Formats: sequence, structure tokens, C-alpha cells
Amino acid sequence: MLKIENLHASVEDKAILRGINLEVKPGEVHAIMGPNGSGKSTLSSVIAGKEEYDVTEGSIIFNDEDIEDLAAEERAHKGIFLSFQYPVEIPGVSVTNFMKTAINETRKAQGLEEMPAKDMLKLIREKSELLEIDRKFLSRSLNEGFSGGEKKRNEIFQMAMLEPKLAILDETDSGLDIDALRIVANGVNKLKNKDNAVVVITHYQRLLDYIVPDFVHVLYNGRIVKSGGKELAHELEEKGYDWIKEEVNA
Amino acid sequence: MDLKDKLVSSFLAFENRVDVDTYVHDVRSDAIKIFEEKGFPTKKEEAWKYTSLNSVLKQDYSLFPQKESSIEYGDVKKYFIHDIDSYKIVFIDGKYSSYLSQTTHDGIDVCLMSAAISKPKYRLVIENYFNKAATKDSLSSLNTAFSSEGAYIHIPKNKLVEKPIQIIHFSTGSEAATMLQPRNLIVVDENSHVQIIERHQSLTNNPVLTNSVTEIFTNKRAIVDYYKIQNDSENASLIDNTFVKQKRESHASVHTFSFGGKLIRNNLNFFQNGERIDSTLKGVTIIGNKQHVDHNTLVHHIEPNCESHQDYKGIFDDSSTGVFNGKVVVEKEAQKTNAFQANNNILISDKATINTKPQLEIFADDVKCSHGCTIGQLDESAMFYMRSRGIPEKEAKGLLMYAFSNNVLSSVKIPEVKQRITKLIATKLGVNIGFDL
Repeated sequence: MLKIENLHASVEDKAILRGINLEVKPGEVHAIMGPNGSGKSTLSSVIAGKEEYDVTEGSIIFNDEDIEDLAAEERAHKGIFLSFQYPVEIPGVSVTNFMKTAINETRKAQGLEEMPAKDMLKLIREKSELLEIDRKFLSRSLNEGFSGGEKKRNEIFQMAMLEPKLAILDETDSGLDIDALRIVANGVNKLKNKDNAVVVITHYQRLLDYIVPDFVHVLYNGRIVKSGGKELAHELEEKGYDWIKEEVNA
Repeated sequence: MDLKDKLVSSFLAFENRVDVDTYVHDVRSDAIKIFEEKGFPTKKEEAWKYTSLNSVLKQDYSLFPQKESSIEYGDVKKYFIHDIDSYKIVFIDGKYSSYLSQTTHDGIDVCLMSAAISKPKYRLVIENYFNKAATKDSLSSLNTAFSSEGAYIHIPKNKLVEKPIQIIHFSTGSEAATMLQPRNLIVVDENSHVQIIERHQSLTNNPVLTNSVTEIFTNKRAIVDYYKIQNDSENASLIDNTFVKQKRESHASVHTFSFGGKLIRNNLNFFQNGERIDSTLKGVTIIGNKQHVDHNTLVHHIEPNCESHQDYKGIFDDSSTGVFNGKVVVEKEAQKTNAFQANNNILISDKATINTKPQLEIFADDVKCSHGCTIGQLDESAMFYMRSRGIPEKEAKGLLMYAFSNNVLSSVKIPEVKQRITKLIATKLGVNIGFDL
């Protein structure tokens, strides 16, 4: 589904990703871990198509198509979803109206008719129940005045609405208390199936107790320096990142 | 002959044609003297530093269009808020159109200035209120000198006027260039409530210059909500002089939506004569090309425990220019005043300009006054966020700009007006939003 080869990316001439290789197949859950400043958020932004980043080398292939020249919205239309570490507040646009616009623009791009209002309401009801979101919440301005937990839950709600093929969850666990973490993880697990894939980017192992990865990768200095199964996450939790750094620098 | 000389020299003939036998005659005669002395404002005056009238004054305007023009309702229906029951006072080239209007004398007076000036039964109201709020600046004085027609609205006490009143001025381009000087007087007595919608609409591309004066008096506990829709054709210019004089515990709001026209200058003045008064001044400006919109506001806090809320948003594209000059005066006696002012702008094009200037003169020491102005581009992180959800760049921009003007719309109390403005904004931004705010 996603094949990243020798990906180099920089922002304002500062190299951040220095040769990433990663392959994600349908049905898989990958975790990308690493210390602060290792390039985790850059990787997610580059996959989602943020324009500030220049891809200087390598390629990102999504479902056999090179997506480097595609705009963020075109990538979204193809089924890539990024759950933001810091969701942006958009005063004046309600959660519901934002989702309606997003879904109908996506359908338009796929050559489909707009979703009838009745179906839209049904979908919203269904997915908001999945994330245990209060209806009143949906008429509030997007992310404005939301708590950290509400913002993250809202991200996963959007993911549930858009049903992406590839979901990248960037530090979705940060700012979540244990109950919110369980709700968010539960939502992700229910949306997971054999045809889609999830990339979880996290600093801590905590979230991976709930969203269990098939593969764990350690990102350091813009490269994936170690890959393994879910036990690697436990090892990192126990021993921290210093031994990885030492291994790499040795 | 320049426009000033033309106006001054035509004054006597004008007065003879209307009437010289009234209280208003004296007021007019004084006013023409003031205009003759001051002339049109120039950029040398502080209040006109960023707005030049030169380009609109150089036309050879017909001052008193004589041709009778008729308009089919079907052709102009779209300029009315037609999906609600309302009173209508409609003028075509400055002359009253009874065919398009719906006035009333049933408990309230919704009728014509020309009648109010000439009929004895209105004499007392005219003497008490006419030209009692307008300042003696040159443009208001010019209007006063030639005031003969416009809307006259008098709501006696304890009346909740359920139907909004629409005041619409059409110009048909029957002359090569037309100057119009409508004069409106609105008096709302104790405990009464009225909603008014005003619009100036040119139906051709012939130049039109409108120099309008509206005086609004809100007596004790009265409520007035006033909506100005400024979406005129590219050769129509408007100088709107509005004066709101409030008595205690009254609430007055003026929303100004400026989406079109060549040059628009809004002189909006609020005077608070009493305690616990609330004044609201809000506006959304969305313009492009070489359009120019200038909001010049004044809120004069004279007595204690009053509030004022100013919120103006502007979106400027192409080589358009905007001005916001917001003056708040808090007199020494006006303790416990809450005065808020915000002016936020987005410049879409590198060639667009906004000059924004808050002007606070505070002489009381126990007050809350705030002001803020921002000039920015669209928030890049918000753009990426929306695009990452599949909303294309153009729609995302539209949605953000739409959201930007939202809190001004939220205080519009007539749903049909809000809907209309929402649609105008969407059209103006060239996006199909697909929902109402």
C-alpha cells in the first residue's frame, strides 16, 4: 500500500529525513517511535503532503502511484489521513459542517454525487457514538476551546467519517488521560480491517498496549535505525533510547 | 463648473421647487452656508487622509433627475429580502415609487420624508428631531441643504414592529450621471423595537454618487437593529452618514456589509445620552478590483455604565483598499464604560491595502476599553489541516474567509438577512460552501 524508498526531506535547506525506507501492507499496524527531534512528525507531514517540506531524494509510492507531486487534498482523496499532533482551531466552522465539506469534496473528486443529508446524519450519529462524542460537541467550532483529549478524539472521529486506507496517527496519545486513550484506541481498533493500514507515531509505548503493532520502527536522526516486532516497543519503554543512540553512533 | 459650485448655485432653485415655508427651510439655508464654506473634504483633513473623493467628484452629475423611470418588480426582486413580510419604502432615482413600496400609518408611521416635512401633523417630530443628531460637517450639511426625500419612520412607544422595514434606493441610469441625497429620519420611542434594512442599488453602469444622511433616535429602552447592504455596481459610490442618538437603556446596532461599489465611505456615529446604553457597530467588507471601502466610526460615551461593541472584518483582493478609523471618546463622567473595538483584516493580494487606525480618547479612569487590529494572510497551518481532510485549496480558502466573517454574522437577528448575506459572501468569495453558518 505504502512504499517509501530512500526518502530525504528538508525544510528551509535543513535536512530532516535522511533516507527512510518503509513498506506498509494492507491490514498492518506499524509503530514509529523515536526520541524528540528524530523526524517523526516530519515523516507524517511529508506523507500527507505539507508544502513546507522539500523532498530532495527518494520516493513515496501509494498504491503503486508516486504521490510526490500530489497536493495534500489529492492525497486525502486517495485515502491518506493524518491525525494531527496539534489539531488546528478553526473558529466559525462547526465540526459537522467541516466533515460535510470534507466528505463531499472527497466524493466529488472520486466522481460521486454529494452524500444525501439523511445519510450524512446517520453516518455522523454512528461514528460519534463509536468515539463516545456528545452531539452538542459536533455543533461547536472545530477544535476551538477543545481540551487536548477532545481534540484527539475529534481527530479519530474525522478518521472514522472519512474511512481512509492509510491512517497516520501522529502522537495521538499525547495529552490523553487513560479513559480518553482507551476510547481513542478502541475507535481505531474498530475501524481497522484487512484492507486498511495504520501507522502510529508515538514517543511512548503506552498507546501500543491498546493499538497493538505488527511492526515497530525506531527513527533516529532522520533514519529508521531499528525495526522489530511489538516487543521492541517494550524494550524501548524499559531501557529508553540511549542504547539505540549508542548503537547508531558506535 | 465644479460640483461644489454647481450644487451651491442650484440651491435657490431647488428650495423654490420644494417649499420655503417650513422649519426645514431655515435648517437647509444654514446648511448650504456651511457646505459653501467648507466644500468637499480633501485628503488634507485627518479624517479623509486615506480616502480621496476626487475621482467621484469629477463627474458631471445630474442633481435632480427629472425623468420618470419605472421598474418591473420582477426585475429587481432579487434586491429585496423578498422571502419575508416587510414594509418597504422604495425610491427610483430619488423619487418615491408607490408601486414598489408598502408603507403604513397603522399605529406606526412608515412613510416619506417629503410628507413629514410638509404636513402639519408631523411638525412636532420634525422640529424635535430633524437635523438634531447629524453633525455640521460638510457632507452631512450638503445633504441637509438638499434634504427633501427619504424614509420617515416614527414608532410610538411600546410597539414591537414585527415586520422589518426595507429602505431601497434604485438608480436607473436615466441620466448620464446621477447624484442622489436621500435623507432618512427614524424615531423610536420608549420600549419600542424596530428592524431596518437599507440598500442602494444602481441598475446600470452609469456613475451614481449617493450622499445619504440617516438620523436614528432611540428613546428610553428602545431597540433598533439596522442592516446596511452595500453591494452596488462598479460605478456607484456611496457616502453614508449615519447618526444614532441613544437615550438611556436603549440598544442600537448597525451592521454594514460592504461587498461592492466604486467608493464607499461610512461615517457611522453613535452618541450615548443616558446610562446603561448598548451600541453595536459591526461590519464585513469583502472587495476586490480597485474598490475602496472606508469605515469611519465614532462612539461617544457621555454617561456612566454604557457599553459599545465594534467588530469589523475585511477581506481585500486585487488592488482594493480599505480604511478603518474607529474613534471612541469616553467623557470624564462616563465611568464604568465598557468599550470594545476590533478590526481584523486579510489581504489576499500583494497589491491590496488596508489602513487601520484606532483612536481612543479616554477621560474617565474607571473604564474597560480595548482595541485591536490585525492584518494578516490566511493561516497556513489551518490551510494544510483542511486540505489534509480533502478540502481543495480554493474551497479551504473560501471556508476560512467565510469563518473569518462568521462572528459578525452571528449577531444578525433576521434569519433571512443572515442567509442572504451568507450567500453574498459565498458568491463574493467564489466558493460553494454547501451549508449555512
